Amino acid sequence: MGFKKDVHFSKNLPRLIFGATAALTVFSLISIFLFLLMSGVGAFKEIGIKEFFLGTDWNPTSFHAPSWGILSLIVGTLIISALALFIALPFGLSIAIYLSEIASPKMREMLKPLIEMIASIPSVVLGLLGLLFLAPLIAKIFHLSNGLNALTASILVAIAALPTIASICEDALSSVSSRFREASLALGATKWITIKKVVVPAAGSGLVAAIMLGLGRIIGETMIVLMVAGNSRAFPHSFLDPVRPMTANIAIEIKEVVVGSLHWQGLFAIGLTLFLITFVINLLADILVHKRRSYEN
Amino acid sequence: MKIRGSLQEVIYFSIFRGSAFIGIALLFMVLVLLFLTGHSVIDWHFLTSFWQHREITKGGILPAIIGSMYLGIGVMLISFPLGMGTAIFITEYSKNSFWRKIIQLAIRNLAGVPSVVYGLFGLAVFVNFLSFGTSLLSAILTLSIMTLPWIITASVEALEAVPQKFRETSLALGATHWQTIRKIVFPAAFPGSMTGGVIGLARALGETAPIIIVGATFYLSSLPTSPLDKFMALPYHTFILATQHSSPYASSYAAGTALVLILLTFLLSLGAITVRYYYRRKKDW
Repeated sequence: MGFKKDVHFSKNLPRLIFGATAALTVFSLISIFLFLLMSGVGAFKEIGIKEFFLGTDWNPTSFHAPSWGILSLIVGTLIISALALFIALPFGLSIAIYLSEIASPKMREMLKPLIEMIASIPSVVLGLLGLLFLAPLIAKIFHLSNGLNALTASILVAIAALPTIASICEDALSSVSSRFREASLALGATKWITIKKVVVPAAGSGLVAAIMLGLGRIIGETMIVLMVAGNSRAFPHSFLDPVRPMTANIAIEIKEVVVGSLHWQGLFAIGLTLFLITFVINLLADILVHKRRSYEN
Repeated sequence: MKIRGSLQEVIYFSIFRGSAFIGIALLFMVLVLLFLTGHSVIDWHFLTSFWQHREITKGGILPAIIGSMYLGIGVMLISFPLGMGTAIFITEYSKNSFWRKIIQLAIRNLAGVPSVVYGLFGLAVFVNFLSFGTSLLSAILTLSIMTLPWIITASVEALEAVPQKFRETSLALGATHWQTIRKIVFPAAFPGSMTGGVIGLARALGETAPIIIVGATFYLSSLPTSPLDKFMALPYHTFILATQHSSPYASSYAAGTALVLILLTFLLSLGAITVRYYYRRKKDW
């Protein structure tokens, strides 16, 4: 009896231990959400959701009349995200098409790790090079007093997101069954027509997933926008205006605030907003990938 | 018609090929620009002495190098075992169950959380709630959670690459499920998951936003001696020199620090990729 119990126990012990470590991931995700919510929800109550999201003036440290609207910060994030995606998407998709459809296996073997190495460039390094080289160049081209603006930040953020987009697009294209390609070529279509009319459409939802995941990466980027986006809280009107996206605002102000104060809560509320945006984006990407899998099966 | 098609094809294919090479050119341009700006400040003294914040030409980045190393070792000790354990649960213990789906969803979403949000989380939980203060420990724990999804993904890939035959043979010979995992599956997957882990670790070492929030500092008069001490780190040091220092030499010292950082992360990643490459060629399945 005792022996039997022992066997049963030792059989299940590893399962329990590994199950517990695995449960830790779910626990982490939930506790991130809960801690952001607990620390930030006071701000929504105090400031009002409408005022918080639609107010254009963020000035919590004003002595007379502090204001708590993050719309300018949100628009800053949106401008940079749209522009960075506009640059990174065609670029990343072209790289993916080359790697998946055109390059020889040997070439692909060599180039793919190099493209993925771009992801190991720390974003603070891209920010530094932006300050030293890209910003002066942008200032010169557009005749500005300095080049710290949304455009400069977008270009660098696009570089940071490029490997994500390229590599997920490549996965999506490579997973298109070769029967599709062969059928199209056998019908007399050229390689280019096959790519354009068969492979890319067949990879469709995978490509959209790549866009979503790239977008998540772009929205969350902090150091580059902190260093080169110009840090202005004024409402931006063009992509040559200096902006302060939500991520940069958190990084700038969080060290200066009193724990638990309304300003602290406001910054956590911005963090919560970012968390929810990226969560929804990731979830949508996930659904698209799964839809695709079930369609293939 | 045929000619127009092929001309179009030539143009588009050149664009695609060009994009790939521009992408790689960007990588090399980053290295070259960094080298040109920063190599002149790097010497033995720069790498081995303490930082002098007032006279930056007199000191070195030893505390930042040591701080980043402590950080890397700490993250490795926590996130590697947890990540590999989770991966074993996913591939070996939870065949297509409901739990497996939930856990994988959580992992993918954790991977998408912005790093600055991890910083806020670390500040709320480790710095304040658990009272670790702004410290090496808080930073290690924060970055460990952040790297966990990358390590899990790499380990799951490595475990899934182990042929099903291995497991069946072992079980057929009378080994238990756990013995099979411990003696057959895990050893076969270990190199793969280690390389994935090291690449993740290299990325974690370059992260700046979370450690700004939970523990890095820009000046230390002595090295950290306990996990509860503050620490300096290469990426934060780069950031401070690039943006907050008025010295005319600051930008070349920032580039010098960045060069050390990027060499460290690239050597880690390249080392891992090379090891994986040779291992793949060696293995016969």
